[in-house]
Amino acid sequence: MTESSPITREEVAHVANLARIQLTDAELDHLRDDLAAILDHVKVVQSVVDENTPAMSHPIPVTNVFREDVNVPGLSAAEALAGAPESEEQRFVVPRILGED
Amino acid sequence: MTDLTRKTAAELSELLSSGEVSSREITQASLDRIAAVDGEIHAFLHVSQEAALEAADRVDAARAAGENLGTLAGIPIAVKDALTTRGIPTTSGSRILEGWIPPYDATVVERLKSAHMPIIGKTNMDEFAMGSSTEHSAFGPSRNPWNTGVIPGGSGGGSAAAVAAFEAPLAIGSDTGGSIRQPAAVTGTVGVKPTYGAVSRYGLIALASSLDQIGPVSRTVLDAALLHNVIAGHDPRDSTSLDAPVPDIVAAAKRADLSGVKIGIVKEFIGEGFDPGVRARFEESVALVTAAGADVVEVSCPSFEHALAAYYLVLPSEASSNLAKFDAMRFGLRVAPDGVSEPSAEQVMATTRDVGFGDEVKRRLILGTYALSSGYYDAYYGSAQKVRSLIAQDLERVFVDVDVLMSPTSPTTAWEFGAKIDDPMSMYLQDIATTPANLAGIGGISVPAGLSDGLPVGVQFLAPAMADDRLYNAGAALEKLLAEKWGGYLIDQAPELEVAP
Repeated sequence: MTESSPITREEVAHVANLARIQLTDAELDHLRDDLAAILDHVKVVQSVVDENTPAMSHPIPVTNVFREDVNVPGLSAAEALAGAPESEEQRFVVPRILGED
Repeated sequence: MTDLTRKTAAELSELLSSGEVSSREITQASLDRIAAVDGEIHAFLHVSQEAALEAADRVDAARAAGENLGTLAGIPIAVKDALTTRGIPTTSGSRILEGWIPPYDATVVERLKSAHMPIIGKTNMDEFAMGSSTEHSAFGPSRNPWNTGVIPGGSGGGSAAAVAAFEAPLAIGSDTGGSIRQPAAVTGTVGVKPTYGAVSRYGLIALASSLDQIGPVSRTVLDAALLHNVIAGHDPRDSTSLDAPVPDIVAAAKRADLSGVKIGIVKEFIGEGFDPGVRARFEESVALVTAAGADVVEVSCPSFEHALAAYYLVLPSEASSNLAKFDAMRFGLRVAPDGVSEPSAEQVMATTRDVGFGDEVKRRLILGTYALSSGYYDAYYGSAQKVRSLIAQDLERVFVDVDVLMSPTSPTTAWEFGAKIDDPMSMYLQDIATTPANLAGIGGISVPAGLSDGLPVGVQFLAPAMADDRLYNAGAALEKLLAEKWGGYLIDQAPELEVAP
C-alpha cells in the first residue's frame, strides 16, 4: 500500500495494459508525470475519512428497479450490425481471440 | 422583419401560437445564422438542415390542422453530441466514433421529437465530455462569441456557444462536474443541471454514470424551465431515473420572487482562488438579492474543500469502466497494429484505443484504471466514495436552515486558448464550485451576473435534490433584478459577430 509514492513508469505501463491502450514510450513518460501531479492532489481523500465514514456510490439510492416482463421491440440484426467495423452472415466479425497455439 | 434568432423561446412560442411566424421561418433563420457565423464559432459538429426543416414543416402542418401543441412545438434546438440521435452522426467529440450513425434515439431526443422541436444539429464538446474548454474535442475547439480568442467553457462549450451566438434559442447539455453550468457562466447564458435522475440518461454516452445529468441550455431562466419541463420525468429505460413528480419549474421561473427565501453563501467559495472580477460581480448579486427581500446568511461546507479530489477519482474510475465499450468490435473505429500478421482482438483493441482516444481521455482512463486496480482501490476510489458522503452530509445540514445556496459558478472568466492545456490540474481547478452538486446528486443553475474585463461571470444557485423549482425561482429573480439594472439581458451586450458572406 502506497501512501504517497509517485507512480512509476512500470506502473503506468501495467495500468495502460489493463486499460487496453497501447501507449508509446513518450506517452508513458508524459503520463507518469501528469498522474504523479494529479495523485498528489487527490491523495488527500485518504486522510479526511476513516473506517466509520459511510461510502456513497450513488447520490440518490433506488432499489429493486424492475419493469413489467413484456416484449418491447429492439434493434433488428441489420440495425445492430450497421455500425460494425466488419460483419458477415448477421454476425460481428472480430480479430482472432485465441493465442497462437 | 424582426430578427427571429434574437427572440427567446418564450417569445417565439407566442409568435407561433398567434400564427405570426411559422416553425419553418424560425428554423430557417437559425440555419442561416449557423451558415453565417459557425465558420468562426464552430459550435456545431453536424448540422441537420434537411431533417430540421422537415420537422418544422410537420409542426406547421399540425398547427394549421388545429392540433393541440406544446409550448415549445416548432422551436429549433441544438443537441450536445453526447446524446444519440437516430440517423444523425454522433461522435461525443471523439475520433473513435467518427462516422458512427446511431440506430436509436436517446430518451431526451425522443422527447424533443414528441414535443415537435426541430433538431438543427449536434454541438461540439470536449472528447467524451472530459474537459472545461472544448480544446479536447477531436474536431477542434469552439470559440466564445464574446471574444473568439477565448474558450467557450466545457465540456458543453458547443451548446453554450450556439445559444450565445444566436444560432439556436435552446440547446441540450450534459453536466458531470459542471459541463452545463461553467460554459453557461463564461458565455453569459443560462445552464441548469437538474437533480440526479430527474432527466433520463438513456442514450447519453456515459462519462461517469453516478454523476452525469442532462439539462437545458438557454438565454433566459424561463426558457430553461420550459425545456427542462419537456425533457424531465421518469423513464423505465434508465434504472436510475426518479419515479417522482417533476416540480412546477415553469411556475417557479415565472414567480421569480425572493421575499422570505433563505439563501446560504458558501464560505468556502468566496475567497482565495476566485478572481477579483468574479468576486465583485458575485457580491453585487448578493447585494441585489438581499435588497429584494432574501434572507442571506453565510454557511460553511468544510468538506467542499475535498470535493475536487473526490471528483477526480470517482469520475476517471467510472469513465474507465464506461469507455471499455469502445473495443473496436461492434461499432466505431478499428485499427490493426502495423507489422503484425493476424493480430489478436486485444492487440487491435489496444491499437484502436491509442489512435482513437485523445490525450485527456487517455490520461483519465489510466488514472481511473489505476484508482480501481488491486492494492489501490480502497485508498483512492474507496476513500473518494466516503468523501462523497461527507459532502452530502454537509449539504443536508445546511439545507435545514437555508432554501438555496449561492456562489460564483466558476472561479475565473474564460481564458485564452492554450493557457491551461498543458497543465491538467489547473484545468481541473475550474470545477471547484460545480462538482459538489454532482457528487451529492443535487440540482444547480448558472445565471449571468455581469462582466469582468468584457467577459461574462456566472452566479450559481444550488437546491436540495427534487427541489429544482427553487433553482428557477432564485435564478429568475436574480435575472430580473439584473435586467432591470442593465435595461435588458446580459447577452444583449455581446459584441456583434462577423458574418460570413
